[in-house]
Amino acid sequence: MEHVDGNALAGPLAEFFSFDATTATARCNGCGAIGELARAMVYRSGAGTVVRCSSCDHVLATLVETAGRAWIGLSGISAIEVPRGPATSSG
Amino acid sequence: MSFITRGFSGRSRDRDDRLPPGQTLVPDFPVLSAGPTPEVDTAEWEFTIRTESGVHRWNWDEFMALAIEDVDTDIHCVTHWSKLGTNWRGVSLDTLFEHVETEREFVMAHSYGGYTTNVPLDELLGGKAWVAFEFDGEPLEPEHGGPARLLVPHLYFWKSAKWVRGLLMMDEDEPGFWEQNGYHLHGDPWTEERYW
Ligand SMILES: [Zn+2]
Repeated sequence: MEHVDGNALAGPLAEFFSFDATTATARCNGCGAIGELARAMVYRSGAGTVVRCSSCDHVLATLVETAGRAWIGLSGISAIEVPRGPATSSG
Repeated sequence: MSFITRGFSGRSRDRDDRLPPGQTLVPDFPVLSAGPTPEVDTAEWEFTIRTESGVHRWNWDEFMALAIEDVDTDIHCVTHWSKLGTNWRGVSLDTLFEHVETEREFVMAHSYGGYTTNVPLDELLGGKAWVAFEFDGEPLEPEHGGPARLLVPHLYFWKSAKWVRGLLMMDEDEPGFWEQNGYHLHGDPWTEERYW
């Protein structure tokens, strides 16, 4: 099957990377719990922010921010569900 | 030798040449934690070094019977603070590796609570690193990494893993917790190896 390059992600990923974290849900890689990100436990340290699963304490995500640069790590999450508007026509 | 810099306030002062670039002196000891503080009883504490051939293991009493060193050193946090002349007591990694045979050249430090950080073995030997259990003459408090933390003062302080419980020898240098998430694989404060 043919593939296209990553520029094709611009449209679809714009939706994901502008999601409202207070309404998104995520599945924890540690215990499998699916829960609202808003219920996760957030630890702020100088080095960065660590988001932990409220069920099992597993690290879900990390945020590192510095002048002009920022990183998000999602290694503890298998998938995120983001709310979207009414479905448009799709096959 | 020192040279003069002008701070934001316009005051001029001698910049201490023990201070790496981009760092500011602090009098206190900021606490940076990526999670809840693990409560580890010394009765249950153990320290391990895992190699290709097996596991070396010390409990607290065995650890305290090793050669203990006084360490006076400067520490540098990646979040731009430095503290000069801190005083620690601990066991040198040279002592811990005295009877450890390994061909592997890289180390992943593991902590109670799940934190990891990577350091090349040659940066832990030669009087450069300790497992420290006292700070300023007092047992190391849990919030500062007690009962024992790694102390690798020539690298940024995130490499000095709090609540350390063991070292895993590795063939390749692999990123630890913060190194996977934006921070530099090595972390030399003098060349500002802060991020990727
Ligand atoms: Zn979980």
